[in-house]
Amino acid sequence: MSRVILSALLSHWRRNPLQLITLLAGLALATALWSGVQAINAEARASYDAAAATLGDGQYAQITARDGGAIPQETYVALRRGGWAVSPVIEGRIDGVRLIGLEPLTAPGGLGPVRAGGEADLGAFLSGSGQVFARSDTLTRLPDLAAEPVTAPDVAPNTALTDIGVAQRLLDREGQIDRLIVLPDQPLTRRPLSDIAPDLIRSAPQEGGDVARLTDSFHLNLTAFGLLSFAVGLFIVQGAIGLAFEQRRPMVRTLRALGVPLRRLILLMAVELALLALLAGGIGVALGYLIAAALLPDVAATLRGLYGADVAGQLSLRPVWWLSGLGIALGGTALAASGALWSLARMPLLSGAQPRALMMARSGVGQATIAALLLVLSGALALWGDGLLAGFAMLGALLIGGALALPPLLGLVLRWAETPARSATAEWFWADTRQQVPGLSLALMALLLAMAANVGVSTMVSSFRLTFTGFLDQRLASELYVRAADAAQADMIREVARDHADALLPLLSTERQVAGMPAKVYAARDHATYRDNWQFLDAVPNPWDRLARGEGVLINEQMFRRSDLSLGDEVTIALGTGLPVLGIYGDYGNPIGQVIVTEPLFRDLHPEVTALRFGLRSDPGQVAALRDALKEAGIPQAAMTDQAALKRMSLAVFERTFTVTTALNVLTLAVAGFAILMSLLTLAAMRLPQLAPVWALGLTRRSLARLDLLRAVVLAALTAALALPLGLALAWALLAVVNVEAFGWRLPMYLFPLDYLRLTGLALLAAALAASWPAWRLSRTPPAQLLGVFRNER
Amino acid sequence: MLLHLDTVTKSYPDTETPVLHGVSLDLDVGGKLALTGESGSGKSTLLHLIGGLDTADSGRVEIDGTDLTPLDDSGRAGLRRGTVGVIFQQFNLIPSLTVAANIAFQARLAGRHDPARDAELATRLGLQKHLHKYPEQLSGGQQQRVAIARTLAAGPKLVLADEPTGNLDEASSDAVMSLLQELVEETGAGLILVTHSERLAARLPRRLHLRAGQLT
Repeated sequence: MSRVILSALLSHWRRNPLQLITLLAGLALATALWSGVQAINAEARASYDAAAATLGDGQYAQITARDGGAIPQETYVALRRGGWAVSPVIEGRIDGVRLIGLEPLTAPGGLGPVRAGGEADLGAFLSGSGQVFARSDTLTRLPDLAAEPVTAPDVAPNTALTDIGVAQRLLDREGQIDRLIVLPDQPLTRRPLSDIAPDLIRSAPQEGGDVARLTDSFHLNLTAFGLLSFAVGLFIVQGAIGLAFEQRRPMVRTLRALGVPLRRLILLMAVELALLALLAGGIGVALGYLIAAALLPDVAATLRGLYGADVAGQLSLRPVWWLSGLGIALGGTALAASGALWSLARMPLLSGAQPRALMMARSGVGQATIAALLLVLSGALALWGDGLLAGFAMLGALLIGGALALPPLLGLVLRWAETPARSATAEWFWADTRQQVPGLSLALMALLLAMAANVGVSTMVSSFRLTFTGFLDQRLASELYVRAADAAQADMIREVARDHADALLPLLSTERQVAGMPAKVYAARDHATYRDNWQFLDAVPNPWDRLARGEGVLINEQMFRRSDLSLGDEVTIALGTGLPVLGIYGDYGNPIGQVIVTEPLFRDLHPEVTALRFGLRSDPGQVAALRDALKEAGIPQAAMTDQAALKRMSLAVFERTFTVTTALNVLTLAVAGFAILMSLLTLAAMRLPQLAPVWALGLTRRSLARLDLLRAVVLAALTAALALPLGLALAWALLAVVNVEAFGWRLPMYLFPLDYLRLTGLALLAAALAASWPAWRLSRTPPAQLLGVFRNER
Repeated sequence: MLLHLDTVTKSYPDTETPVLHGVSLDLDVGGKLALTGESGSGKSTLLHLIGGLDTADSGRVEIDGTDLTPLDDSGRAGLRRGTVGVIFQQFNLIPSLTVAANIAFQARLAGRHDPARDAELATRLGLQKHLHKYPEQLSGGQQQRVAIARTLAAGPKLVLADEPTGNLDEASSDAVMSLLQELVEETGAGLILVTHSERLAARLPRRLHLRAGQLT
């Protein structure tokens, strides 16, 4: 019996292929966008995990130079002799590939491909020209290193491992070490670190470069976008399922009258939907793979540029990801179909068999009330909510409330537009448009969400870009940045600067606990570079004058928020030295606290820190000459970075980020356009009884088609008008609530009216394109078909 | 005894007086009767109770020795599949299935599908040229003949026809009714015909009239 019933149920889709395509395509697109984003995130996280497994990032305590410079090899030897179980690491980049030098005999077990008792040939690794371990794609990008390349799939993406001696030679940094890994088991008899090397500092595990934590913001935004896109797709699915169930009410009644038990019928309908969901989910996951594969190189470049995180540029097929894609397709279908199945379960056998007017069951008043309640809840959470969960709840309430508010608001606006209509055609047009809203409401809600997501995310990303470029202008005010290898080179730089630069600004810093959180303490020289360029989020009057007099400190926003500090609060920057906060500055993307003190005070407090990095101010036209002079003095080219190149690189990173968000924006909008197209096509047949009398009264089919096209554009324009405030509210929520709760810093929000205008134009174009085919079909409807309406009525 | 109704009563929440009030009725195997009455007299309600489409408030409905009162949804559905066949005024064909699939449908549900019987019924009812068409491509009379074929193909013991020719003109109505009578007679099934038409009611050997929920 089940087979007979299932074949009857499935016959509906055979007779209504457009509905089937709508359902499958909606679900496939939703799954594709969601699983595409998830694939990118999963690939990135797998890369971080591979990096952690390969390099021990975040697993072990580390020892670094207090000034951030290199550690001499002799210091390492002294530490080993002093009883410290430490292992040296050096890092650098060759042709963009991260080259890591390890010392396999002292490195912790399980770190890198060369493991004690492993299969690797330790002798070959250590001796002669050595070996370089990397993934095959990474090895192809490396130049000829005069070391034996060994393919190692376990090594992190874009990373090559070799012996520290080989790395020092390849990086031209003989005798230098970047950091020391501190092994978990240390002899109790070892001498204190401060005795052997007072200029070194030990940091606990996880305090260092935890890439996953740094990139959380980026992945969170991608996930939010994926979820929104999925929601847009689900609106299509719900529309298609709702329509199919409505149209099958007579069939359901007949099946039951012919002896099909209700429970079996519901079960089989659920099975039918599950089969369709699996089919669509499979297509969606495959599409998602294509989307992810297309976007991953840009995402990888963004992550590398913004956070220094190396992510594989090629996608791997992961079973978990396939399964989760199918799972979300099934879950989404269940969610979208739950209402229809519930109403079927409660449908009396002898209820009216004719399809109810679409969506009429949904009480307009009830929907408006729920929308209002959700929007109020969202406002309340914005005002009084606390924590990330409250932030996401606020976003959810805002978006669902906004979407639910759309149909009642459109109804109000259209009623208002109908009043001044003079001609009969205009009057009919507005009244008919109002009548179409329930049938189109799901597609319009999808368009609303897609546009709001576009406005919200592009506002957030553009605000981030504007803020970050302004931030770069503040921070990268010096025309040239130079790094010295040692104190002698630092003296050389000072000497060259005296003759060829307008000013030399030493970059001095040290790490320590401040106000209960790990922080970097920086020294600022009293110079116009800082006074002219730095902007404060909040400050006392004349903060730079007071800083120069040593009367206080400046702190970054992260410290201000996390340590709950205010202007005037005292922070202890060294034993017995407490100073009030004079100003708070933005410090975007940085996870740890920062404190700035005046240079003389810093030198008093930390005499052991010597400046090895410098910012050099110069006339932009004289930078080339300054570089030449430094080069002549023996400073290698690689130690110099000019401001223009740094900014160029940072902006290039943003352009890649924009490629990703623009692609997702366009895809989401395309999905919404598709929703409109499918709604119009499926409604076309149901509209004939409404159009036939108007045609019979004298309006040509072509006029009716033109009016239908206009109707779609008008509805899209009204939706766009409502999407703009919703999108701006979304952007505000992301910037001012979610970002602050998640990462401790708040981005200022900027408006981009031209972008919004362009987006509105795109939405209207999408609606017009979506409506053009149904309108064309209407203009070609045979008169006999329109006359059939009157025959059927009789 | 094919059908036994004992003081059956049925009310709806939105009506003050019961739609059916103490209705009792017996029908022998192969018996045929016409049920007439004004609109709202309870004819269709009575038919729905006999067909297990609805349940009585009180009284007893027994078909082929089975009491319908204690049956749940699945039990009543089983009765509709195997014992009773209902022909509706609105035909209630499955729009997405072809004529051939519609004719076979109930027999397949009941597990009694016989393609030869389908073909014979289609020929007798003049549907052989339309087997691959969909219901929307047929006239009202043709659709009603498909509904009759569907019911008879399943071989029910009792056929319930609710205004089966209500949507047809007089000539078509007579033709369809003749075919229905002829085919039911051949199968030996019982028939209860609900109709407004005195002319159609007169074609059956027994006639009952419902007035204000009671048989007269």
